[in-house]
Amino acid sequence: MPAPPARRALSARERYLPFVFSALSVVVVFGLIARLVTRAEQWPRIKLQFFNIDAIIAAFPNVFRGFLTNMTVWAIALVAIAIWALVLAIFRSLTGPLFAPLKVFSILYIDLLRGIPSLLLVLLFGFGVPALQIPGLPRTGLFWGGVAMILGYSAYAAEVYRSGMEAVHDGQRAAAKALGLSQWQTLIYAIVPQAVRNVLPALLNLAVALQKDVALLSVIGVRDAVREAQIFTARTFNYSSLIAAAVLFLAATIPMARFTDYVARKDQERRLQRTL
Amino acid sequence: MYRVRIDNLTKYYGNTLVLDAVNLAVKEHEVVCLIGASGSGKSTLLRCVNKLVPFDHGTIELDGVSIEDEKFKNSNELHKRVGIVFQAFNLFPHMNVLDNITLAPRKVHGVSRRESEKHAHELLQLFGMPEFATSYPEQLSGGQQQRVAIIRTMATNPHVLMLDEITAALDPELIGGVLKIIKDLAEQGMTMIIVTHEMGFAREVADRVCFLEGGRILEEGPPQKLFSTPTHPRTQQFLQRIIEAGRL
Ligand SMILES: Nc1ncnc2c1ncn2[C@@H]1O[C@H](COP(=O)(O)OP(=O)(O)OP(=O)(O)O)[C@@H](O)[C@H]1O
Ligand SMILES: [Mg+2]
Repeated sequence: MPAPPARRALSARERYLPFVFSALSVVVVFGLIARLVTRAEQWPRIKLQFFNIDAIIAAFPNVFRGFLTNMTVWAIALVAIAIWALVLAIFRSLTGPLFAPLKVFSILYIDLLRGIPSLLLVLLFGFGVPALQIPGLPRTGLFWGGVAMILGYSAYAAEVYRSGMEAVHDGQRAAAKALGLSQWQTLIYAIVPQAVRNVLPALLNLAVALQKDVALLSVIGVRDAVREAQIFTARTFNYSSLIAAAVLFLAATIPMARFTDYVARKDQERRLQRTL
Repeated sequence: MYRVRIDNLTKYYGNTLVLDAVNLAVKEHEVVCLIGASGSGKSTLLRCVNKLVPFDHGTIELDGVSIEDEKFKNSNELHKRVGIVFQAFNLFPHMNVLDNITLAPRKVHGVSRRESEKHAHELLQLFGMPEFATSYPEQLSGGQQQRVAIIRTMATNPHVLMLDEITAALDPELIGGVLKIIKDLAEQGMTMIIVTHEMGFAREVADRVCFLEGGRILEEGPPQKLFSTPTHPRTQQFLQRIIEAGRL
C-alpha cells in the first residue's frame, strides 16, 4: 500500500511570519486609536466618569448580584422558550379539521407577540398583571417580566422551528406515513428531531439576543445588573457602574456568540458531508 | 381472491388526467412489474394504493376490502398491509439502521423493543448486512441505504410490497446487490408490484409485466411474451428505445 504523501515541512519562518505581521498591524492600529482617544482634551473627564476604578469596585458587588438575577432569568426563560416555541410550531404544522383551533391559535399568537415590542410586553405584564391582583398568582415584577420575555421570544423561536420543519424533505414524511406512523408520530419521531438539528444555530442566536434583552426587566423595577448600576449612578453621579454592568454582559455574550459560531460551523460541515 | 385489485382507477392532478381507468389485479405470491416512459403514471398508481395520494374514481381493494372502507379509516391498518420503498430511500438520517428498522414495528405495531430488534438483526443477517446495525444512513453507500430501506419496510411484515424505481438513484455497480434481495423475496413468495427501468430484471423476476402510457395500461402479459413479441405499436416503440439505450 502506498504511504500517504508526506506533508511538506514548513520552516519556522514560513509558519510564524504571517502571525507576526497580523499581530503587529493590530497593535499599531489600535495603539494609534488609543493614543488619539487618551490624548483628547476630554479624556480625563471621561475616565473619571466612566472608567473610575474605585467606583467600579464599589459598585461591583451589587451589580454582580443583579447580573446573577439576569442570568437566572435567562437560563429559565431559555428552557421555557425552547419548549413552548416547539409546541407552538407543532400546533402550527398540524393539518386536519380536528386540529384547526390549535393551528389558528398558534398563527394568531405568533402574529401578535412578534408584532409587539419586547419592552411593551415587559411593561404590560410586569406592571399590568400584578395590578390585577389575581389570587393564587405571583405578583412580583421578576416573575411577570420573565413571563413576558418567554411569551415574546417564543413567537420568534416558533417561527425558527417552523422553518426547520418545513426544510425537512417531503420524502421523510412520505416514508413515515407509508410505514404507518400517524401524523403525530411522524412529527415526533421523524420531523422534529431533524428540524431541531437544522435550526440549532438559529436558536442559539436568539439565545444570545435574549441574554442582553433580559436587562429590559430593569424598567419594571427588577433589581438586575442594569437597575443596580443605575441606582449607583443616581447616588454618586458616576457612570462607571454602567460600564461594570456592560463588562459583565460582554463576559457572558461573547463566549455564547463564539459557541454559536462553533455550532453553526459544525452544522455546515455536517451538511457538506451528506452525500445524498 | 386478489391481494390487490384495482378497478377503473382514475386520477387527476388539477386538470391533467394522470391515471385513466386503470385495471390491475394482483394475486398472492404474484410479482407484477410496471414499465413505461417517465410521466406515464407508474408512481402515482403505487401512491394511490397506499393512500399517499387521493384518487378521483374507481376502487382499490386489498384482500377484497376497499381501502376506503371503515376498516382502513385508520390508515395504519392499510400501511400494515402494503409497504412501499422509494427511489430516494428516505431513511431517517438522525436514527441508526436498527432504529430505522424498528421504529414502525415498535410505534405502529406495538412490538416490544427487544422483540423488534431481534427481528431486525435477523433481517439484517438475511440480507447480508449484519455489521451495519449501528451505522447511520450517511455512513452507508446508496446501495446499502436502499437495502436498509427495503428491510425497514419488510420489518412491518406487509402482505404486499411496492417498489418504486428503487435502483434508479444507484451507481450501476450497486444495483446488483439490491436486485438480488428482491429476487430472493420473489422466490420466498412475496407479493410485489415493482416499478422499474431494469428490463433484464423485470424479465427475470416478473410473473407479469404491464406497460403504462398516458395513465393507461396499454399492454400486459408474461415477460417473455411482452418483451419478445409486443403487440401494441407504443410498446414496440418503448422497448425499441430501451434496446437502443442498451438496457435490455
Ligand atoms: N404532485 C403532483 N402535482 C401535479 N402533477 C403531478 C404530481 N405528481 C405527478 N404529477 C404528474 O403526474 C404524471 C404522472 O407522474 P408519475 O410520477 O406517476 O409518473 P412516473 O410514471 O412515475 O414517471 P417517472 O418514471 O419519471 O417516475 C406526470 O405527468 C406528472 O407530471
Ligand atoms: Mg415515478
